[in-house]
Amino acid sequence: MQFFKNTNFDFLGWKWPFIGLSLLLSATGIVSLVMKGGPRYGIDFRGGALMYVRFVGKPPVDKIRSALNKQHLQVDVTEVTGGSVGSDANTVIIGTDVRTDQEVNQARQVMRQTLAATFGGADANVRLDLNNAGAGALADRLRDPLQTAGVGISEPDLQNLASAITSFRDTPPRSGLISGFSSLTSVSGVTPKVLAVLQQQTYLAPFHVSGTEVVGPKIGADLQHQAIMAVLYALAGMLVYIAFRFEWIYGVAAVVAVFHDTIITLGLFSLFNRELSLTVVAALLTLVGYSMNDTIVVFDRIRENLKLMRREPLESLINRSVNQTLSRTVLTSGLTLLTALSLYLFGGEVLNGFAFGLVVGIIVGTYSSIFVASPILIFWQSFMESRKRKKPQPAPASARLQRESVGRGTAKVK
Amino acid sequence: MNRNLNIRAGIIVALVLICAYGIIGIPKSLDDVKNNFRKNIHLGLDLRGGSHLVLQVQLQDAFMAEAETVIDRLKETFNKQGIAYADITRNDLASLADADKIQITIKGVPADRGRDVRAIVGDDYPDWLLTPISATDYRMNIKPSAALKLKDDTLTQCMHTIERKINQLGLAESSVQQRGRASAEAELLVELPNVDDPGRVRALLSEQATLELYEVKDGPYTSREEALAQKGGVLPPNSKLVRAVPRRGQDQGFYLLARIPVIRGSDLRDARAGQDPQTGAWETNFVLNQDAARRFERFTEANINNKLAIVLDGVVLEAPTIQNRISDNGRITGAANQQEASDLALNLRAGSLPAHVVFEEERTVGPSLGADSIRSGLIAGLSGLCAVVLFMLVYYRGAGINATLALILNAVILVAALSYFDATLTLPGIAGVILTIGMAVDSNVLIFERIREELRSGKGVVAAVDTGFSRAFLTIIDTHVTTVVSCAFLFLFGTGPVKGFAVTLVIGLIANVFTAVFVSKTIFDWEFSRKRVATISI
Repeated sequence: MQFFKNTNFDFLGWKWPFIGLSLLLSATGIVSLVMKGGPRYGIDFRGGALMYVRFVGKPPVDKIRSALNKQHLQVDVTEVTGGSVGSDANTVIIGTDVRTDQEVNQARQVMRQTLAATFGGADANVRLDLNNAGAGALADRLRDPLQTAGVGISEPDLQNLASAITSFRDTPPRSGLISGFSSLTSVSGVTPKVLAVLQQQTYLAPFHVSGTEVVGPKIGADLQHQAIMAVLYALAGMLVYIAFRFEWIYGVAAVVAVFHDTIITLGLFSLFNRELSLTVVAALLTLVGYSMNDTIVVFDRIRENLKLMRREPLESLINRSVNQTLSRTVLTSGLTLLTALSLYLFGGEVLNGFAFGLVVGIIVGTYSSIFVASPILIFWQSFMESRKRKKPQPAPASARLQRESVGRGTAKVK
Repeated sequence: MNRNLNIRAGIIVALVLICAYGIIGIPKSLDDVKNNFRKNIHLGLDLRGGSHLVLQVQLQDAFMAEAETVIDRLKETFNKQGIAYADITRNDLASLADADKIQITIKGVPADRGRDVRAIVGDDYPDWLLTPISATDYRMNIKPSAALKLKDDTLTQCMHTIERKINQLGLAESSVQQRGRASAEAELLVELPNVDDPGRVRALLSEQATLELYEVKDGPYTSREEALAQKGGVLPPNSKLVRAVPRRGQDQGFYLLARIPVIRGSDLRDARAGQDPQTGAWETNFVLNQDAARRFERFTEANINNKLAIVLDGVVLEAPTIQNRISDNGRITGAANQQEASDLALNLRAGSLPAHVVFEEERTVGPSLGADSIRSGLIAGLSGLCAVVLFMLVYYRGAGINATLALILNAVILVAALSYFDATLTLPGIAGVILTIGMAVDSNVLIFERIREELRSGKGVVAAVDTGFSRAFLTIIDTHVTTVVSCAFLFLFGTGPVKGFAVTLVIGLIANVFTAVFVSKTIFDWEFSRKRVATISI
């Protein structure tokens, strides 16, 4: 089976429509960014507090929001939609945007307490929330009541019991939420007497806080700066490497292509209202490196063909090179895309932004290797030739497109 | 040719065995497999559950404390030598960036004693630079080298105190490290796996726990103004006004205390939580070391029926009346429950923090979220792997089997490398493994496409395969290098989980060069050595 047997598309003949498409996509992205006042930074970059909360049933998003607003906290409550199998269901991410370090610390407390008060009911003040307690707190709570109930239990056994109960609660399929006390009978050590004490001393809140992230604004600003620097350095590094392996114009073409990918990806993030987190920047950096792959493969083939077919005009030679590598380019990108897609569909909420970045980046990167990098070489050649026509003397050595890998001939640009 | 093939096959088999050992050891049962696996692969906090905290140590506290010590001693020396002075004060430092700008100002020294002042400062305080502001006033600034040393020492001391606190909590595998340079960021990274109650740990870490016992001169007053009014507008010498914390129904108040404490936290030998035998209320008992015990005995004997102020972190906790001579122990009552009493005891045992800390970042992943993340990662990985393998088999037929074997070996080498290097597997790290699968198959596609091209151009099977591999090799190197370089930047810039991703991707790619070229070629050669082939399934 073979998809691309001896294709002969005239890629460069179509370069104007494709460049138009690139410009359109980039413009859409930039417009979206400008209109929304920049990319939507996650708490990694702007500071803030984030809480992952899982509910027993469908999360009452409005109730959460209004309860927290009453505490003077502007929150963003989003339901987790993308992601996997069951365990992410009924989870919300409560995020608040805070400006100073004190606010950050307080916000976390307030969120916790408000949730307990709103959904815990009257029990919240009296009993221990079994769905959110740690093993140590549980052991402390049960120690005396168990004594009073006549259950003789040594201290190490008490700690083990508490750990067993919390581990039971945290493993799938319960994943942090015990729905009824009766399910605890399957835990070793929970006898009917122990169960009675549990029911008396604890209650089961309808929610479970599975994770928190709190980032101070200072760290947020630092990370922003570092992220931008890292991307710029990576691009510079690529430019140097490719200029070293080929010619500097190839390096420029490759970097322009990757830069174009990054702009479009950022624009799409903004368009789909997606957050930029640390992992998303990691995805972008990976793409910078990966997107170079396809570009290098095409350039490699162009260089090889330049050696073999010395009389062919540059445009048709590049066309032929792209066609020859088309099969390989589309296939490899397609396969990497397959794995990125499975990450996007099944990888869970935490990796969702990262996976989206990869999926978009791979598609755009492949497109740019075929339709953006090569035209730049052609433009450079035309530019060089028009300069040559203006000056009748041979152009200086620095303007030559080829160096050591190519000799003389009509296809060369001087 | 055959011998060469056998050697290569041997290398591959040996490698597989080494990797298997690295991952699952030598298991004797199925349970052993699981246990060894869990032991060998270190899971990051985002998969195991736990807390990751970044603290910024407010080093300026240490600078201000150091300045105060210098001021006290200067005043003593001036008094002894009969040098008059109007005042010796220090400036206030608002933030970490200002720490170096600590300054002591000496005012009102008679002009003829200037030489003595210079001599004193030059001899006794070599870390400070004296500059005259006028004929009677001087300024002391800390020297840069001394400032750097103070910062480093304070940061190290804070780190050790926090380590002691964490160790006392019994949290295995927790760690405290310096992050960034002391001179600039003064940050500590605390990792606490499997911590139950991150809120409690944070509270513990932020308490400075400086315990001091003072003689109570007068009080309690309801406010600062009342105290000043009662004393005729000015506080008596050698005393200071300290706030009392509202506890157990008593209101907030102020006490007038002696300026220098009788007992400091460093005099404590031990501290334990205990219960009052009569009331059952929880309290913290402390024991003093020998020297302090003697001092305390003399003090209490001379002050029966006076009050003693127990001051924690600059606030009066309680002020009991001294009823009889006490030598080496005391107790702090008023704890709400056992946890409060034992947390205080823990802090007293660990020693006080020389500078307070501010939390800059906290990420807590509950164990349920960790388990979910592992599950999602595995499902995504397996589905990605299946999709890729399926495609390779359909598109390249027989050669697809070759690619699949290389791919599986690649994954095995990757996991084994993680185990041998003690690298931590994080959730982005799992994403890195999955991405490696996609990129790994890239190399195979490159080679197979080249082989197909050579076959089309009419070459014989063996020649086509050879040319395919050799032509594609350079391109494979090129493409891997670019991704590795961008991963290097990721590693430099990223935090824990992102570093994990960079590491797994790089290891995966390096392993890929080996499996895609060496292993795949060996498999092809082995196929050819078995029988003469006119065509291959590709």
